[in-house]
Amino acid sequence: MSFINYSSREINCKIVYYGPGLCGKTTNLQYIYEKTNPTAKGKLISLATETDRTLFFDFLPLDLGTVRGFKTRFHLYTVPGQVFYDASRKLILKGVDGVVFVADSQEARGDANVESIQNLVANLQEHGFDLKSIPYVLQLNKRDLPTAMPLDDMLKALRFKDEPYYEAVALKGIGVFDTLKACAKQVLLELSKR
Amino acid sequence: MGASDLILYEEEFQKIKEIISKLRVDANANVVFLVDKNGQQIAATGDIESLDTTSLASLTAGNVAATDGLAKLIGEREFSVLFHEGEKDNIHISIVGGKVILVVIFDERSSLGLVRLRVKRSSEDLNRVFKQILEKTEREKASGKAAFESPFAEITDEDIDALFKD
Repeated sequence: MSFINYSSREINCKIVYYGPGLCGKTTNLQYIYEKTNPTAKGKLISLATETDRTLFFDFLPLDLGTVRGFKTRFHLYTVPGQVFYDASRKLILKGVDGVVFVADSQEARGDANVESIQNLVANLQEHGFDLKSIPYVLQLNKRDLPTAMPLDDMLKALRFKDEPYYEAVALKGIGVFDTLKACAKQVLLELSKR
Repeated sequence: MGASDLILYEEEFQKIKEIISKLRVDANANVVFLVDKNGQQIAATGDIESLDTTSLASLTAGNVAATDGLAKLIGEREFSVLFHEGEKDNIHISIVGGKVILVVIFDERSSLGLVRLRVKRSSEDLNRVFKQILEKTEREKASGKAAFESPFAEITDEDIDALFKD
């Protein structure tokens, strides 16, 4: 649910990073924050526990410049990945315009990825969204780890429509901006259809 | 898409600004701002230069969302007013028309009673304006043609690529 302000000529969109615990959602935001021009970003807010696990959400406002005379601002959110924070996760999906699913490539996290996508589908449904039609990008993170599963296996398990996917190493920034760009693009194209 | 977008036009935006500016004066508050339930700031007035209003908006919405969740857990529909008391500054948060969040920041020059009273009155005015906005959007949707040209109707790949140039 984007917010268009004709008076100040601004458009605000919301992108949510979803995925199982410790898959690298916050790391994605941190990298974007580090690499973005200070004038184009707001503060990165992390509501985290003492051990840096996301408790409620991370939030990063990002100005992407102007499209057709409208200032384009994206609000990036992450959800807490741990299974028992489901109530909080649901809240953050409210009014979402686009979703990035960050999958953990380690073999041991295979089931957690699948479970988290199923959880995403169910939580989106509660807000009246369908993952099949909402702007959506799949990021396969931690590709540099020796325990990473083969690409084909991951795609078979996780890709369920022809959504764009990116192999990433979020800690080093590989694939981070490609993922964001692909999602932002779909969100803006979706806006142009309405 | 599940919910419809919030589209704010010049005319209503001015009305909203007038209402919250009046509220700020009447309630003797430092800052008054409006946020939608998704955390997007709609309008703000007062001493906002020193404030990170974007973060404030997002955290307020998160706060309201979490409190809504709490309300449902105990069988309430919503808690329509939240109040945070600090040593110097206080925050009064209320929900207008079930859709937008009205935030008033005030210090010892005002009081909770005064703020509550003024907020109640302004909420009715704001409610009316948001109803108008909704009706306007509905009307335009029903007529099948928007009175405005969507700025994104002819967006191109190049436009989007340009956003990510640097």
